[in-house]
Amino acid sequence: MATVFFFYLFSLVAIASAILVITARNPVHSVLFLILCFFNAAGLFILMGAEFLAMILVVVYVGAVAVLFLFVVMMLDVDFTELRSGMLNYLPVGGVIGLILLVEMAALFGTWVVPQDLIAHTAAPVASTAQNTRALGEILYTKYVFFFQTAGLILLVAMIGAIVLTLRHRTGIKRQVIADQVARSPATAVEIKKVQPGQGI
Amino acid sequence: MIGLSHYLTVAAVLFTIGIFGIFLNRKNVIIIMMSIELMLLAVNINLVAFSTTLQDLAGQVFALLVLTVAAGEAAIGLAILVTYYRNRGSIAVEDINMMKG
Repeated sequence: MATVFFFYLFSLVAIASAILVITARNPVHSVLFLILCFFNAAGLFILMGAEFLAMILVVVYVGAVAVLFLFVVMMLDVDFTELRSGMLNYLPVGGVIGLILLVEMAALFGTWVVPQDLIAHTAAPVASTAQNTRALGEILYTKYVFFFQTAGLILLVAMIGAIVLTLRHRTGIKRQVIADQVARSPATAVEIKKVQPGQGI
Repeated sequence: MIGLSHYLTVAAVLFTIGIFGIFLNRKNVIIIMMSIELMLLAVNINLVAFSTTLQDLAGQVFALLVLTVAAGEAAIGLAILVTYYRNRGSIAVEDINMMKG
């Protein structure tokens, strides 16, 4: 009974906050509703028994991606009310396409049943006693290790790409050049002057 | 009892909201990227729902990879957005035609 209650709680809050993400007047509120939506999706993951993915969702999405969005929204000085103009013009076509998609998916999911013999053909069957995190780790580092490494490579490429895109060297700014500092010699750095007694320089 | 179809319905609704958000906020790149994140979240819910129903952990591994790609996509997309804002001083989507593609 508790499962049913929490399923409806999490899914209704997730859907409501997703609607508020796309309709909120202020983009900062959009990001905050996105965070709420991710938290509720993590709750759904826990209900499904995928605890590790739920925690990853909270750490990666809420902790990293949503905060990144928040940084960019607050950093860019953009008139968001101007960007919202013409929103009502796009409402009919977007609504029609969204409705068609939803009806199609509802028709598909309503009639389709999982074949019973499909369970015999699973790629990585779950041991019934294993904890989710442990079971995931046992196949992630053995059977799917190349996918895991590829995921790491993708993250590395994304990191380098983001740095290359946003790094800029502005001219006319004093900055420390360590090579120049190391290469200084007494010949270029020190000047010896003879000071006559009783006179200044 | 809560079964596979319940989770698939939630995911379908979230995916549709993501599509709808792209149409609704056609001028605002940030909201469009948030809509893409919502759609990827719906895909992840589908993957995990099938994973638990079929007792197959491969779906959760795949959801992990989708999560990784989504994080990378958000980082690159926001970096492009910041660079674009520095050059043009706006983030309006219809002005993005510098590459004359």
